[in-house]
Amino acid sequence: MNILFSLCAVIFLIIIAIIGGDLKMEYLFGIIFPYAAILTFILGIVYNVIKWARIPVPFHIPTVTGQQKSLPWIKNNRLESPHTTLGVVGRMAFEILFFRSLFRNTKTELRNGPQLSYGSSKYLWLGAIVFHWSFLIIFLRHFRLFMEPIPSFVLAIQNIDGFMQIGLPVLLITDALFSIALLFLLFRRIIDSRVRYISLAADYFPLFLIISIAVTGILMRYFDKVDLIKIKELAVGLFAFHPAVPEGIGVMFFIHLFLVCTLITYFPFSKLLHMPGIFLSPTRNLANNSRMKRHENPWNHPVMVHPYEEYEDEFREKMREAGLPLDKE
Amino acid sequence: MSESKIKPEELAEKINYTPDHKGWMDPSVEFKQGVFNYSGNPANVDYLKLPNARKWQPTDQDWKLPENWKEIILEGLRDRLTRFRSLQLFMDICVRCGACADKCHFFIGSGDPKNMPVLRAELLRSVYRNNFTMAGKILGTLAGGRELTVDVIKEWFYYFFQCTQCRRCSVFCPYGIDTAEITILVRELLNLIGINIDWIITPVANSFRTGNHLGIQPHGFKDSIDFAAEELESITGLKIDVPINKKGAEILFVAPSADYFGTPHYYTLLGYLALFHEIGLDYTWSSYASEGGNFGSFISHDLMKSLNAKIYAEAKRLGVKWILGGECGHMWRVLNQYMDTMNGPADFLEVPVSPLTGTKFENTRSTKMVHICEFTSDLINNNKIKLDKSRNDQWKVTFHDSCNPARAMGLIEEPRYIIKNTCNNFFEMPDNTIKEQTFCCGSGAGLGTDENFEMRMRGGLPRANAVKYVKEKHGVNFLGCICAIDKATLPPLMEYWVGGVEVGGIHELVGNALIMAGEKERTTDLRGEPLV
Repeated sequence: MNILFSLCAVIFLIIIAIIGGDLKMEYLFGIIFPYAAILTFILGIVYNVIKWARIPVPFHIPTVTGQQKSLPWIKNNRLESPHTTLGVVGRMAFEILFFRSLFRNTKTELRNGPQLSYGSSKYLWLGAIVFHWSFLIIFLRHFRLFMEPIPSFVLAIQNIDGFMQIGLPVLLITDALFSIALLFLLFRRIIDSRVRYISLAADYFPLFLIISIAVTGILMRYFDKVDLIKIKELAVGLFAFHPAVPEGIGVMFFIHLFLVCTLITYFPFSKLLHMPGIFLSPTRNLANNSRMKRHENPWNHPVMVHPYEEYEDEFREKMREAGLPLDKE
Repeated sequence: MSESKIKPEELAEKINYTPDHKGWMDPSVEFKQGVFNYSGNPANVDYLKLPNARKWQPTDQDWKLPENWKEIILEGLRDRLTRFRSLQLFMDICVRCGACADKCHFFIGSGDPKNMPVLRAELLRSVYRNNFTMAGKILGTLAGGRELTVDVIKEWFYYFFQCTQCRRCSVFCPYGIDTAEITILVRELLNLIGINIDWIITPVANSFRTGNHLGIQPHGFKDSIDFAAEELESITGLKIDVPINKKGAEILFVAPSADYFGTPHYYTLLGYLALFHEIGLDYTWSSYASEGGNFGSFISHDLMKSLNAKIYAEAKRLGVKWILGGECGHMWRVLNQYMDTMNGPADFLEVPVSPLTGTKFENTRSTKMVHICEFTSDLINNNKIKLDKSRNDQWKVTFHDSCNPARAMGLIEEPRYIIKNTCNNFFEMPDNTIKEQTFCCGSGAGLGTDENFEMRMRGGLPRANAVKYVKEKHGVNFLGCICAIDKATLPPLMEYWVGGVEVGGIHELVGNALIMAGEKERTTDLRGEPLV
C-alpha cells in the first residue's frame, strides 16, 4: 500500500512534467519551479536548523562507544569516547563521512539451542555509503552545467569518475554505482520483512523519486541525448538571475528537472532532514566530559525535595536510639 | 517467581523474527500474565504529588484516565518538544533504515516487531506526525500519522515499559537516536495522566522519604551495616568500624541500597567494608543519602532530580571533601551525566584526590564524584593493596558490562583491570555482547518484577546466551558485574537459561583477594564458602 502510493505519486509527477512539456510551459517548469524549489529548500533547512538549535540540550547525554578518559595509565579512546572538542569533531567526521555507526552493524541469528550469534553485516553500510557518496559526486559533477568556465575540480572529478573509459559517452562509474545502490536500498526495503514492516510511504517516495531522477539523467546522457549547450544556457541563466529558456531542450530534461525540484522542495518536510540533523544529535556531538565540566540546563527548574531537617524531624527518636549523630538534639 | 512459568525451550522455540503482514498502525496490545508490570500504589502516587492517584490495573478495560487526558498528553508533548532538543530531533530525522531492529534485547528475546527500537519510537512518532507536522495534519495515515486514542496509550504503556533504557540501539543508529531518551519522556507523559508502575513509584516514594528504595529507616540502615561489619569480623577476625553520618569525614560513600539488603549484593558490601578498613579510609556512609540508585530517573527528569538532590545536600551538610560511589549502573548514568547539571555546581567540594596514592581524579573535577572501580584500580596500580588471587580460584569469571557504565561513561577497562588483579581465571564473552555492545540484563529501568518474569527472561536471553557460551567453552561459573539491578536479576536469569553460574560484584572479588593487616587465616570466601 505504502509502496504503491509512493510509486503512483512519482508516476503522477512524471505525467505532470510531460503534460507541462506538451503545453509549452517551459517558463513554469524551467524557471519558476527551480527558483521556488531552491528557495523552499534553503528556507526549509534554515527554518528547521534554527528550530532545533533554539531548543535547549538540557542534559549531557552522549552515547559512549569506547573507554573514557580517567586514570592516566588507562588508554582512553579519543575518537569513540572523546573528551575534547577536537575528539568530538573527529567522531562526528567519522560518523558523517564514513557512517561509523552503521559500519558497526551486525545481524542477529537465532538457532536451535537456543543459540544466538551476531555476524558482521556491512551490506546496509555499503549500500548507504555508495549511495550517498555517488550522489554527492554526481551533484558536484553537475556544476559543469551551472558554471562557465567549468571549475577545475569539477573536471577533475569527472575525469576520475570516467577512468574506466568504457563506451561513448564515457561511462561514469558513479552513475553505475548510484543506480546499483539505489536499487539495493529499494529492494532491501521491500524484501527484508522487518524493514518492510517499519517502512512508510515517506520511505518509498524519496527512493522512487531519486530512482526516477537517476533514470532520466542516465537516459539523457547515454541514450536519448539532449542538447547540453541549451541546458547549460538555461542553468547558467538561472544561476546568474537572467533566466531564459532556450527552444527545443526536450521533454526528458523537463521531467528530470521537475523531479529534482520536487525532491529539494520535499527535503525540508521529510526524513531527508537527517542530513542537517545529524550535526545536532546530542548523543554524538557532545564530549564525554560530563564530570570534568558542568553542563548547564537553561530551564533547570526547582523540584520538590525532602531536606535533611525534615528527615531528621521524622526519624529523630529512632536515630537517637540507634546512636546516630543528630543535628538537633 | 510467577507460578505458571513458561519453560525455556518452549519460550525460545516460539521466537520468530519475521513480522506478520498486519502492519503496526492499528494499536493492539494484550496484557498477558508475565509480560507487564502492576500499576503504582495510589498512596505512593499521592505521596509524590503525582496526578490521578487511583486504583487501577493494566488488565482493566477502563484505566480511569482524567477526562481531558488527550489534551494533557498533547500539551505535555508540545512542552517537551520545546525543552528537549533530543526529542524534537529524534522525531524528525529517523529514516527507518532498520539498523537498530535486531539490536534490542527485547526484540531478540520476543520477536515482537514493536520491540524493534525504531518501531518503539514510531509509536510516539506517529502521534507526533499526526498532531505536530503539516504532512501528518493533511495526509493523516498516509503520512504515517496516528490518532491519539486510549488504545495508543495502552500500547505506549506496554512497549515503553518494555524498554530498559539500555541505549544499545543508540550505538548502532547512524544518527545516534537514543530510545532511552524517548522512553523516559513517554513515561513522563504517561505519568501526567496517572499511568505508572509500582516497582518504580514505591521505591521512589521510599527513597524520597527514608533515603533509600527499600524504605529502610535510619536505625534499620545502621543495623544492616553493623551486621555486615560483624559478619566481616567473623571471616577476617578484624574489628571493622563503619562510620555513618560522620561530620568532617574526608569522603562520603554512596552505594545502591540493595548492597546492604540484597544477595549477592551483600558480598560486595563486605568487599567495600574490607577495602576501606584495610586502607584506613576516612569516610562515612549516610543514612539520609543511603541510596545511590535513582528509580526516579526511569520515569521523570524531575523525580530524578528530587532524589539525586540528597547526595550533594548531604555532602555539604557533612562537610566532606568529595564523594565516592559504589557499584551500580543507572546510578552512574545519573551521577555521570545528570547530577552536576541538575543539582550542581558542587563548588563546596574539592577535586577528588586519593588519600592513599595522591592521584587527583581530574576526570571528575567538576562533579567531584569518583567511581569505586576508578578508585580501586588506582590503588592496585600504585601497589597500595596486597591481593591474593588464589583466594578467588573457586571462580572462573566473566564480566558483564552494565549498560550505563559502559555506554554512558565508558567505564570499560577499570573493572577488567581489577578482575585481572584479583582473579586467576578471567574469560571474556563474545565481542558483540560486551563493552559498548553489552546486552542488558533485561530487567533494568524498573522492570525487574516477579509479575514481569516472562518478559524479563526474554529480554535477558542475549545476555544469558553469551554467558552460556563461555560457560560451555571455559567452564565459567561467576558472572561479575557492577550494577545492583544486575545482581538482583541476573541470578534468576542464569538459573532460567544457563544454570550453575553465580552472580557477584567486582568488590566481592576484591574483598576475597584482599590481604588485610592482622587478619586471621581465611578459611572461607565472603560468601562463607570454604576456600579451594
